Amino acid sequence: MPPFTTLTARVALLARDNVDTDAIIPSREMKTTGRTGLAEGLFAPWRYVEGRVPDPAFVLNAMPDARILASGENFGCGSSREHAVWALAEWGIRAVIAETFAPIFRNNCIRNGVLPVVLAKEAIADIVGREVTIDLPMQTVAGYRFEIDAEAKTMLVEGLDAIDLTLKRSAAIAAFHRRDRIARPWVYL
Amino acid sequence: MAERTLFDKLWDAHVVADLGDGNALIAVDRVFLHERTGASALKSMAAAGRTVADPARVFAVMDHIVDTRPGRGDATTMPGGSAFITETRAACHAAGITLFDVDDPDQGITHVISPELGIVLPGVTLVAPDSHTCTQGAFGAFAWGIGSSEAEHAMATGTLRMARPKTMRVTFDGQLRPGVTAKDMILTLLARHGAGGGSGHVVEFAGDAVTALDIEARQTLCNMATEFAAVSGIIAPDAVTLTYLEGRRYAPNPLPDWSDLKSDEGAVFDAEIVIDAGAIRPMVSWGTSPEHSIGIDGFVPQGPGRVHDYIGLAARMPIAGVPIDAAFIGSCTNARLSDLRRAAAILDGRHVAPGVKALVVPGSRAVKRAAEAEGLDVIFTRAGFEWRDSGCSLCFYAGGEGFAPGSRVISSTNRNFEGRQGPGIRTHIASPEVVAASAVAGFVTQPSSPSGEGDAKHRERPEPTVQASPGSAALRRPLREAKRV
Repeated sequence: MPPFTTLTARVALLARDNVDTDAIIPSREMKTTGRTGLAEGLFAPWRYVEGRVPDPAFVLNAMPDARILASGENFGCGSSREHAVWALAEWGIRAVIAETFAPIFRNNCIRNGVLPVVLAKEAIADIVGREVTIDLPMQTVAGYRFEIDAEAKTMLVEGLDAIDLTLKRSAAIAAFHRRDRIARPWVYL
Repeated sequence: MAERTLFDKLWDAHVVADLGDGNALIAVDRVFLHERTGASALKSMAAAGRTVADPARVFAVMDHIVDTRPGRGDATTMPGGSAFITETRAACHAAGITLFDVDDPDQGITHVISPELGIVLPGVTLVAPDSHTCTQGAFGAFAWGIGSSEAEHAMATGTLRMARPKTMRVTFDGQLRPGVTAKDMILTLLARHGAGGGSGHVVEFAGDAVTALDIEARQTLCNMATEFAAVSGIIAPDAVTLTYLEGRRYAPNPLPDWSDLKSDEGAVFDAEIVIDAGAIRPMVSWGTSPEHSIGIDGFVPQGPGRVHDYIGLAARMPIAGVPIDAAFIGSCTNARLSDLRRAAAILDGRHVAPGVKALVVPGSRAVKRAAEAEGLDVIFTRAGFEWRDSGCSLCFYAGGEGFAPGSRVISSTNRNFEGRQGPGIRTHIASPEVVAASAVAGFVTQPSSPSGEGDAKHRERPEPTVQASPGSAALRRPLREAKRV
């Protein structure tokens, strides 16, 4: 996973609440069982007009260089499809800024090197359209402080593979199972 | 020891290691995959040279892409869709995990068959790369949706790294009125507190109106916890839960003592919401988020303009009487036997309105067999519904079979997002009984209640002013005559 430390880029705004993963990438655009080739379908319902012609009014068409996407509340709600993050990352979006995130989408971002930033509405309004710097070690966007838990921050800054990290704890996992098999034998099939 | 919530108990029992800052390594007892996202996780794992740590506790099913028309096989109308089926099958066999294949008698939607087979149990952690995994919290399990990468993590390590969620209790006090369902409870919560209202929380549903629900209705309630942005929904197991699980294939025999799996008296939640169950009305969605829901006797509110543009309804018009083109009964929300029985009771001896495409898709093959054993399939087909094989079907549109572009659908599903059921489709989510009554009427309506209140035959049908929008054949047609329902 590519590490995320600092990023300087323009901020594109999708001025909506509850942007769902069906909108980010519709089910019909998930054409392969792999993780690539998905940017084509990114925001397809909003990005294209009839005949799959790019709509110049859609923000990512108007600002193709934007590497930061901002939106409103509850971004990434709906389906758990990780394809939504894969499509954003393939398009070039490295950070998403929202007032709140849907939990599964947020986790998917962290697992794919895309930074989810929670900012207040006023701060988002202030940075929209501008080129700003996100500093993850310092937890700032254009001088605005944001919160992120230590686990997520470490994963992103160091570009860690979560599975490798967890497999280092295999002794603790084995110890848990030894205890748990006695307490809850019915769990083990 | 301090009083703990049900969620505290579930969490504490699964902490393998404290990772600091509120994060923990959590033991995962069950993983469930489906062909839409599961194949991707298994393939990616294999490519990385990783293996499934405990294949006996990983299950998979074909539900999302599999065709639901009779006589199906691996072929599906979704372009390229059969690759998802064949690749998932090969990956499951290679990994040694249990697969409920296309033609398996136990095939069905993940969140319908996991309870049927006793795979979900009180006190377990269960994950699936599917947001509606929260459905299974109805059994007192911590069950939640994850992405494909986390599914790989769960399978490779038997654990997940996660931040401890906050806790919320949503108490439904009192009793539901006749004809009001679990679907109406969750839509009421969403309408009042917003689609982001549960963000970051595990929501425990409690109160007399919840304990009065049967186990299937409890699953409907928990199913839409994800539409509330909650990590999951949970309900404390009780005698209703145990009676259901007794003798299920993967359930222990005898069942262990789960009586402590409940929030202690005096346990403190991070947030509390109380709803008067007696005030809940039959609900229907009017817009493009589940939070855009109103009482079926209510009026479309003023929302963001683009929502009105998409849905083609003007503010201040009554939602009842809006003409529909299609009706869909199915999905992990409302396609269990009790759902089908309630819909069939309304459809018995009646017929769907002319021009309305109607289909019913049982949540599992077991549901389908049980429904056929009591003749529900005959009631549905006589009423003009197509009777399908089980799967997720038209809950979402994968590019194959769909409703006519721009049509208006009344649906027992959980999502009314733009394009969810196909390009330009306007989805109105509601309970199966509202879907059935509306299919017969040809417009949004509620079934007759014992008092006759709100029944189309007992009152003047409102004259909706429909805002025409391009591509909607339905809205250019004159409103249909009211039919007796």
